[in-house]
Amino acid sequence: MIRKVRTHVNQNEPLLFELSSPGKRAWQLPELDVPAVDAAEALGAGAVRDDIEGFPEVSEVEVIRHFTRLSTWNYGIDLGLFPLGSCTMKYNPRINEAVARIEGLAWAHPYQPESLSQGAMEIIAALEKRLGEIFGMDAVTLQPAAGAHGEYTGIMLIRKYLESQGNPRKTIIVPDAAHGTNPATAIMVGYEVLNLKSNDRGMVDPAALAAAVTSDTAAMMLTNPNTVGVFEQEIVKICAILHDKGAQVYMDGANMNALVGIARPGDFGVDVMHSNLHKTFSTPHGGGGPGAGAVGVRAHLEPFLPAPRLKRANGAWTWDYDRPRSIGRVRAFYGNFGVLVRALAYIMAHGGPGLRKATLDALLNANYVRARLEKHYQIAYDAPSMHECVFSDSKQAAHGVRTGDIAKRLIDYGFHPYTVSFPLIVSGALMIEPTETEPKQELDLFCDALISIAEEIEKDPEMVKHAPHLTRTTRVDEVMAARKPIVRWKPGPAGAKAAD
Amino acid sequence: MTYPENLKYTKEHEWVSVEGDTGTVGITYHAQKELGDIVYVDLPKLGAAVEAGKSFGSVESVKAVSDIYSPVTGEIVGINSLLAEAPEKLNEDPHGAAWLVKIKLASPAELDALLSAAEYEAYIGG
Repeated sequence: MIRKVRTHVNQNEPLLFELSSPGKRAWQLPELDVPAVDAAEALGAGAVRDDIEGFPEVSEVEVIRHFTRLSTWNYGIDLGLFPLGSCTMKYNPRINEAVARIEGLAWAHPYQPESLSQGAMEIIAALEKRLGEIFGMDAVTLQPAAGAHGEYTGIMLIRKYLESQGNPRKTIIVPDAAHGTNPATAIMVGYEVLNLKSNDRGMVDPAALAAAVTSDTAAMMLTNPNTVGVFEQEIVKICAILHDKGAQVYMDGANMNALVGIARPGDFGVDVMHSNLHKTFSTPHGGGGPGAGAVGVRAHLEPFLPAPRLKRANGAWTWDYDRPRSIGRVRAFYGNFGVLVRALAYIMAHGGPGLRKATLDALLNANYVRARLEKHYQIAYDAPSMHECVFSDSKQAAHGVRTGDIAKRLIDYGFHPYTVSFPLIVSGALMIEPTETEPKQELDLFCDALISIAEEIEKDPEMVKHAPHLTRTTRVDEVMAARKPIVRWKPGPAGAKAAD
Repeated sequence: MTYPENLKYTKEHEWVSVEGDTGTVGITYHAQKELGDIVYVDLPKLGAAVEAGKSFGSVESVKAVSDIYSPVTGEIVGINSLLAEAPEKLNEDPHGAAWLVKIKLASPAELDALLSAAEYEAYIGG
């Protein structure tokens, strides 16, 4: 039964180009009361053009309604559970925004002299210190602008460190469950990638790893908990295997929100890691950023961190550019400062016990969803789930219904789809990360929807295969959109077709 | 689906058929079925050197981008230009018209390490 339904205005909306008719205006200007200037004479004929061809002409109310209607099509975290979880956008407490808008922070400029920037520098230092404590790392840089940028920075640090030891080595080991950015990062820094198969519990197999590590291995890039939401229980042994051969351990901290306040990567043997502040420390990320990919390192990597570094001198903060072993800058100025302010606000508002409780709530919510859905959907691996749970569509595939179909039917129930078909090592994956903020009522509504869909698939698989049915636009031809994309509206029949 | 017996297969789901010193390489029926609708194929340039077990290109479906691993070592001597215009052929005829590349074999002995049709069927069935 569909319990969440739309009751607000829900109508299709043409493109602005299609609303246009000649002569409509969204503005009125008074008669000119100064001498008219001929633009071509003043600027040169080459700088003046006629009307822009096809430029839409619409009235004020049409513009207002157009964008207001479009805005109601959004599904956002402020409307309901967002099962993509922290990968895309988790709920960001409003206090973060209030703090980031404090005048002295919002209007700070990176060219201000240090004497007028002490507060901003104190914020950067305070965040570095707290993240170092949370990660169990000796030093932190806040320059990288996003998670993948953090990875790139981290692997450059490893390369520079190994070069300083006499040999940068050749290979980086990446498990087959990894985020695609991991092998891409290794290649960008000039390494070859060795793919390591996961075992039947979705984890790294220490014996297989030991067989793969050689004196050519520069590092392993490991996500923990990994992409199937499982904690790598052999992590201490894994780190020891790599260290024994002189290789480094890089932890992709994309899932750090499952560890904060419970376990510290530095304590289990990681040499360098990044954390996406938007995922774990609740900074806005919708619409593509800006992000921040803080990188934490053990002491032996500290000399190589991006310059400049903050230091105390004569009772004040100052930037230290004299870092001869540094990999150099990775970002203009000092990182995405506005994001750093929000992350620090989040950490300080929670405090240590509060951060730990947020982690436990994230784990509880994911395991509640797992427990409710386990009878209806096949869990991918029987290992305990951390902050997310991953199912396979195998039960539903027997009726010809795949994960993408289930996700589309979920839209009819008023929810945003979960992560579809990732990680790739799970056949027909459904990945669900509810995050720490979801109340039980919302989790139940979501689980009820997925259980109801599982029942629908038993009775009427064809109906689910053609979902969504209640949306403004029913199923679009994704294959055709990828094979023959129409990326520009053009007047005439082709344009009309593209807008359908 | 029965897999042609004149082809040799890899565990990464490629096939190779050999005529003289040239191998024709494609992806298997099973591979295209798991990938779903294929929308783009990225192939190497003529003359490129490829190595057995190493990636030489990729196929992109609506679900994911996947590497293609070469079953053999050698030099690219032919590329299927059909796939640039019609990637859907990979879904329709993966063992025939939608071959990917032709490779001049550097060490034909590598073929012995590949799977037979029966072995491949057992592998994907298991």
